[in-house]
Amino acid sequence: MAFRAAVITFPGSNCDRDMASAIAAVAGAPAIRVWHGDAELPDRLDLITLPGGFSYGDYLRSGAMAATSPIMRAVVAAAQRGVPVLGVCNGFQVLTEARLLPGALLRNAGQRFMCRTVALTVGNAASPFTAGYRAGEPIRIPVAHHDGNYYADAETLDMLEGEGRVAFRYAEACNGSARDIAGVLSANGRVLGMMPHPERAIEPAAVPALGGADGRRLFESALASFAAA
Amino acid sequence: MQVRVLVRLKPGVLDPQGRAVHHALEGLGFAGVGDVRIGRLIELDVADGTDEATIRQMCEKLLANTVIESFTIEGLGEGAN
Repeated sequence: MAFRAAVITFPGSNCDRDMASAIAAVAGAPAIRVWHGDAELPDRLDLITLPGGFSYGDYLRSGAMAATSPIMRAVVAAAQRGVPVLGVCNGFQVLTEARLLPGALLRNAGQRFMCRTVALTVGNAASPFTAGYRAGEPIRIPVAHHDGNYYADAETLDMLEGEGRVAFRYAEACNGSARDIAGVLSANGRVLGMMPHPERAIEPAAVPALGGADGRRLFESALASFAAA
Repeated sequence: MQVRVLVRLKPGVLDPQGRAVHHALEGLGFAGVGDVRIGRLIELDVADGTDEATIRQMCEKLLANTVIESFTIEGLGEGAN
């Protein structure tokens, strides 16, 4: 049966087409596009994705308005039923604002918008989203964000590290994130939020400085883990 | 009824904006500024008699992110906090 992955588009999302394209390339089935005002999700979803961008113009706080939208109530309910959710960049911000993941994303410590490909290491290669990587493996994935400085109190950070919930870490200075955290998993491993954009790294680019293919295995892992049997 | 909600970053949470403004103040020649922290003032026009618990819920659900921010409520009279 075809993999059923949804891409939620909020007003101001701008990576939704990239996400849909990455899903289609890896899953071989088109992504299902969902608008923020929809009150219900399509049924039988194998994966829900929240793309990058500037939902609602980043009003109040990045991701705060999107977290209150009708579709996010449905996403929170679905996640609580165990439906997998991937939030990238603004999608990660939305997941923290919706309290599906702990912590918050603050303004980058250097105040600058960071837009480049960064070195990461895989923190946990045993989750459904990261099973295609090796633990500690160095990879390169683009970032493009202003508010990517991950913050949580020390107790929460200890808990995340102790439970293997740090999916990815920055391997170079990027945005000031606590303990270099670039991606965080939920307790059941079925919700992943990350600032780097795996959907921008699914095939080798004609220009080597761009893209890369290190994000592809994340989608392949999700496909292998979540495809309905 | 006018209610003011003051949202600010909790102590210890890095405020790069405040740091940049602090630096700019020094650049303008203002000496002796120890620190700058930037918050947000939200003015609400609410129905008379709206209780503090309701405003507090607004703060906790949307106006502030209590992971990183604290808030104070002003304008509700005695006991407001």
